[in-house]
Amino acid sequence: MDVEMIKAIPANIRKSMTPALIITNREVRDQFRDWRIIFPVAALTLFFPWLMNFTAAQAVNFVQKYGAPIVAERLIPFLLMVVGFFPISVSLVIALESFVGEKERLSIEPLLSSPLEDWQLYMGKLLASMAPPLAASYMGIIVYLIGVYAQVGWTPAPILLLEVVLLTTMQAILMVSGAVVISAQTTSVRAANLLASFIIIPVALLIQGEAIIMFWARYSVLWWVIFGEAMITVMLVRSGVAHFNREELLGRELDVLNIKWGWRVFKSAFIGVARNPIDWYRLEIRRTLQRLWIPLIIVSCLMVAGIWVGTTQAKIFTLPPDILNLNNLDRGFIEGLEAVRFFSVSGIGMVWLHNLRVIALAIALGIFTFGVLGVLILMLPLAVIGYFMANVANVGLSPIMFFTALVLPHGIFEIPALVIVGASILQLGGVLLAPTQNKTVGEAWLFAFADCTKLVLGLVLPLLLVAATIEVLVTPQIAVLLLGS
Amino acid sequence: MNVISTQDLSKQFDQFWAVDGVDLDVNPGQVLALLGPNGAGKTTTVRMLTSVLKPTRGTAMIAGYDVVSHPAQVRASVGVLTEQHGLYNRMPADEYLDFFGKLYGLDPHRRITRINDLLENFGLHKDRRKRLGEYSKGMRQKLALARALIHEPPVLLLDEPTSAMDPESARLVRELIQGLRSESRAFIICTHNLAEAEELADQIAIIRHGKIIARGSPSGLKQTLLGSAEYEVRLASALDGKALRLPQGAALSSTDAHMIRYRTEHPDQVNPVILGYLLEEGLKVISLQEVPRSLEQVYLSAINTWREKESQNGC
Repeated sequence: MDVEMIKAIPANIRKSMTPALIITNREVRDQFRDWRIIFPVAALTLFFPWLMNFTAAQAVNFVQKYGAPIVAERLIPFLLMVVGFFPISVSLVIALESFVGEKERLSIEPLLSSPLEDWQLYMGKLLASMAPPLAASYMGIIVYLIGVYAQVGWTPAPILLLEVVLLTTMQAILMVSGAVVISAQTTSVRAANLLASFIIIPVALLIQGEAIIMFWARYSVLWWVIFGEAMITVMLVRSGVAHFNREELLGRELDVLNIKWGWRVFKSAFIGVARNPIDWYRLEIRRTLQRLWIPLIIVSCLMVAGIWVGTTQAKIFTLPPDILNLNNLDRGFIEGLEAVRFFSVSGIGMVWLHNLRVIALAIALGIFTFGVLGVLILMLPLAVIGYFMANVANVGLSPIMFFTALVLPHGIFEIPALVIVGASILQLGGVLLAPTQNKTVGEAWLFAFADCTKLVLGLVLPLLLVAATIEVLVTPQIAVLLLGS
Repeated sequence: MNVISTQDLSKQFDQFWAVDGVDLDVNPGQVLALLGPNGAGKTTTVRMLTSVLKPTRGTAMIAGYDVVSHPAQVRASVGVLTEQHGLYNRMPADEYLDFFGKLYGLDPHRRITRINDLLENFGLHKDRRKRLGEYSKGMRQKLALARALIHEPPVLLLDEPTSAMDPESARLVRELIQGLRSESRAFIICTHNLAEAEELADQIAIIRHGKIIARGSPSGLKQTLLGSAEYEVRLASALDGKALRLPQGAALSSTDAHMIRYRTEHPDQVNPVILGYLLEEGLKVISLQEVPRSLEQVYLSAINTWREKESQNGC
């Protein structure tokens, strides 16, 4: 790449962003002509921070009087986060209306007939939905900081301020990108508003989590939250841009749930070319695994990474050596396991059902988080194994022996099952991020879901049943044999 | 070279063919009226011609660009007047046109010139700062037309340009369209207003269930679907049983004491001969004129012919 090409990059970006910014500019001007947007934004920018200032001052007076300074110390930064968040909630309303509102007012078609590219239209709307509420949010933070400094003389640590600003920005982008996806795929504002619960509920939970962190005052944890939000935002924007196109905007109806069609697509993908169950096992399961070779490799690597994460945590949260006295494993070990239904058929059922619950949870969470949370949940057991192996090593015992005795007998079946589920969860998330050729998003997702179901029923469930049987009947015996005195 | 050209243009939604094998050719300076009832496939055709919808089958070229491989160039070459105006109610007219001028990549100087010219030509200049929500239906339609013309496109696609308008506004819009015809510009007008189509169009295409069932010039279609032109002679004095002689190439349609109607494919030869006969007989002629035949008759005839064919195919 020569110097001239490098010089040309910003100009090219500027040129291709110009149409998107024309859309943004118009929309923002239009928003400022609507009192229904101006009023809440102004109230949340000016009045609400003042109210929070008042609350902070009252709290400080109260705790000074009765002696609980920690309450004020934690409350003031928390309110800083709250004044930043409230104005961006307006962005959700604007974003939900961005495409579907124009569709309802029939003003979308002249836009679609213009030479704009799909992504330019999408980005223009995305920025327009975000810019005014975000500006209001920053303004609210400034008003709050001035007020709180004037009233109680508090100033935030620069790093905390940076975290709150980034957190606010990420939340705005996260909500808006989600809402724009909904807006582009629905055919009425009402439907978009109803579907907004898919954004409101996770964001409400997120805010509660952030509130706990703020009161807990572990501000460094907020970096992880910011990182996580950034990841999901990138995926949402990627998904939105990838699936946005003019034709779908005019024709696609996310608000019409066609169960019959969905069942037909799922059934044909699930059965495939098989004529009987043996065919199905021989052809379909093998083909599905072949299709998933990339996710299978990724998840295998992530499982190894899980073990590594576990080992790193052992250095921070080290177990006391007496807990890890494996030399006396035979004393009471078997009796203890018998008490929790090991060495019985009901014990096998218990372990199997427990693992099934974990897999069901991983799939459910994976569906809503582009696969991220689903795979993270599956990494957890491996992280726990890594954690114990490192702790065992810390007290001078062999981690390999520990792994061979307590994990390997049933792990041979259980870990591959987890990798297979993880790969199908990743695929479920992946089809939302990138369009599949000759398939709509719905079709591609149903195909991925059929693949997931095939693998769970055909491989994962049997593998986990074998693993549970070995874990309940065999592993403890091997553990005693190898580790006992 | 055709500015608009389609071959076997088709669009399928699920199992339904909204447009099925449409062939159209429109030359520069020509107006093609696409006639058909609601749901016939007119709007889907327009959407494919603006690269908003991708054809399931067939090809379409606009100003030399393929609608699938060069969508941006196609959209830049087309001005679209959609059935619904789709204006932004809180925006003033000049700002609205400026917005679309920017989207079409017009430089500031050209934008200002175009906006002033268009607002002036369409009689909207004094209301340029008025919010569009305050515009009357006619004003809105004129502004939407101005929007379609802002970048001086070689192709104009007008979907129901006068639907639901009062007669005065509709007349105004029709005059504007007539005024816009130029050597280099090609029009497609989708309408179910037959009088409008007859007034504006050089070519008529009747579309039904996504298929073109009749196509040609208005006079050509009349000839094809309604048969030879019919002429009527009105007489000052009654025929009173006088023998009526008709030359070869003329067929009597009807007659009464003071009127004769006949059909001919060669009026230039037949009409003078008939007039001569009548004068020889001492009959005083008040008038000789072609019996007006409306596009409505053409349309209904096309529909009936198509129905008959369909029922025959069904049998």
